[in-house]
Amino acid sequence: MSYASGVDLPDGYVAFVKASCPTCRLVAPALLRLRKAGAPLTVYSQDDPRFPEGAEPLDDSDLRRSYEAGVEVVPTLMRLEGGEVIERLEGWLRMDWERLTGVAELGTGLPSYRAGCGSRTVDPGIRELLAVRYGGDKFRSRRVEVAQLEDEFEAMFERGWTDGLPVVPPTPERVLRMLEGTDRDPQEVAAVVPPDLVECTVEKVAVNAAMAGCRPEYLPVVLAALEAACTSEFNIHGVLATTWSAGPVVIVNGPVAERIGMNAGGNALGQGNRANSTIGRALQLIVRNVGGGRPGGVDRATHGNPGKHTFCFAEDERGSPWEPLSVERGLPVGTSAVTLFAGSGLQPLVDQQSRTPESLARTYAACLQVVAHPKLALSWDAVLVVSPEHARVFREAGWSKVRLREELDGLLRRPRAEMVRGAGGIAEGTPGSLAGAHVPKFRQGGLLIVHAGGTAGMFSAIIGGWASGTVGSEPVTREVRE
Amino acid sequence: MSRMELLDPTGERHPVARPRVVRPASLEGLTVGLLDISKPRGDVFLDHLDEVLSGRGVEVLRFRKPTYTKLAPADLRYEIRVKCDAVVEALAD
Repeated sequence: MSYASGVDLPDGYVAFVKASCPTCRLVAPALLRLRKAGAPLTVYSQDDPRFPEGAEPLDDSDLRRSYEAGVEVVPTLMRLEGGEVIERLEGWLRMDWERLTGVAELGTGLPSYRAGCGSRTVDPGIRELLAVRYGGDKFRSRRVEVAQLEDEFEAMFERGWTDGLPVVPPTPERVLRMLEGTDRDPQEVAAVVPPDLVECTVEKVAVNAAMAGCRPEYLPVVLAALEAACTSEFNIHGVLATTWSAGPVVIVNGPVAERIGMNAGGNALGQGNRANSTIGRALQLIVRNVGGGRPGGVDRATHGNPGKHTFCFAEDERGSPWEPLSVERGLPVGTSAVTLFAGSGLQPLVDQQSRTPESLARTYAACLQVVAHPKLALSWDAVLVVSPEHARVFREAGWSKVRLREELDGLLRRPRAEMVRGAGGIAEGTPGSLAGAHVPKFRQGGLLIVHAGGTAGMFSAIIGGWASGTVGSEPVTREVRE
Repeated sequence: MSRMELLDPTGERHPVARPRVVRPASLEGLTVGLLDISKPRGDVFLDHLDEVLSGRGVEVLRFRKPTYTKLAPADLRYEIRVKCDAVVEALAD
C-alpha cells in the first residue's frame, strides 16, 4: 500500500541522507564535490540538520519530503527534470553516481560499492504515522476529537462505544496498521450489519477490530466471522434480539488458527489468548457500534452469558481423531474457515470412568438431553466439544465422527410419552402433535462435534444453542480469505 | 501531549454529541458557565446575566470561543464540562 501523494522536489539532483548512516557519511565528500562542480544539488537530512557539513542540507527531520519521495534507503540520489524523477539511485555505487552526475572524479578515494541503510521513514511504527500525517485523508469514518485533558478511555465509555470493558483508542495510525492485515479495499462493504442494517466497510471493521485489541493478522478472521454472522441463515439480528442467552460463537479451522497463534488446547474456551479473546470481541463490537445492537435496546436477553463479550476458539485439528468441522461442513482440507454458532454458554461434563465408546456416548447423550430442557426437542442445536482424553477413547476404538453421531442419534431418541407437555408432572415439553413414538433431541445437522481442550481432563463440554434452523439460527461456515 | 483524534466506530447514524444532562430544577449551589462565542455584543448580554446570577449567589465562570465560525474546541468543551453544572451560550449578535 503506497500513500505517497506525489513528489514536490526541486529540479536537478536531490539527495536524502542521515548522519547516523555510515554509507551516508562515506559519500558526504562526493556530495560536496558534486556541489563544487556547480550541479544544482539539494540535500535533505533526516536526522542531523547540519549533516553533511558544507552541503547546506535542508532539515527533513519531520520526514515529510522523504515520505513524499518514497525514500526507503539512504543515501538516495535522484535526478529530476520538470518535476519528474528521471532516475533514482539507492546506496553507493561509484560507477552509477559518476554516470548519473556526469562528474568523473566524484568518487575518487571512495570504495566502489557500499549498501545503504534503511531510511527513517521505514523505521518500525513510523510508516503509519507518516501515512496519516502526509498521506492525505484516506479514511471515511467521522473523526472524533478528544480533549487534551480528557481521559480517552473514559471518553469512549461515555460515547457508548465499549462492551463494558476498556477498548483500545482507534487512532488513525492504529486503524491504518490494522488495514495492513488485508488486501481488501477499505471502502468495500464487508457486510450489512443488523439490527440497523448499516453497510459496514472494511475500514469500520478495522476500527472496531483495533478497539477490540486485534492484531492486523486477525482481521481476515474478523471479516469472515462478520460475513457469516450477517447472513440470513445465521440471523445475527435474531441472536441479538432474543430473550435467550445466545450470542455468536466463532469456531476457527484451518492453517490461519495456528498462524495467528490461536488457542485450541488448554483453556481454549477461556481467557488468556489474544486472538481467541479479541476476534470474538471485535465481532460483538461491530454488532454494537455499527449495527446499533445494544443490551436494553434490540438486545433483549434475560440473562445473556459471559461469552457475549467474546466466544471464539480454534479446533485442535492436529490432535483430533476426526476430520475438522469445516471439512465436515463442505470446505476442502487445508482451507481456513470460521463457523458461526448461536451459543448460549458452556455446560462442561465429566466422565472419568468410561473406557469404551459406548459408555462415553451414553454419558454424552444424558448430558446433551438437558440442553435448554430435557423435554424439549428438535428446536435447540448444540456443539459438543470433545477433549483429547475423551477423543482417545474413540480413536482407540476406531470410532469415526459419523459413528459417534449415529450412536448419539439413537440414544437421544426418547419415548414421546416421556417428552410431551405434562409428562412427568412437568408442564413444559414437546407439543403432542409431533408424529412418531420417539422424539429425537436434535434435528438433522443440529449437533456439531469439534475437538479442543487441554490434554489432561476426562471432560468434554456442551455449548447449548438457540432456536434452530429457519425459525432461528443455522450454523454458517465461511472461508477466511487471507 | 497533543489532542487525540479517534475514528468513529459507529454506523454514524447519529451525531457524535452526547446526550444533554438533565436541566437542573434550581441553580442553588451550582456553577454556571457563560459561553461567549465571540460574536459582537454577546459579552453585553452575558455581562448582564453574570450580574443577575452572581447577585443571586450563583457561582459564575466565563468562557469564550476563539471564533463563532467554528465549533468550540474540544479542550474548551471539556473544561466547561468539568467545571460547570450548567452553561448559557450567547448565540446571536
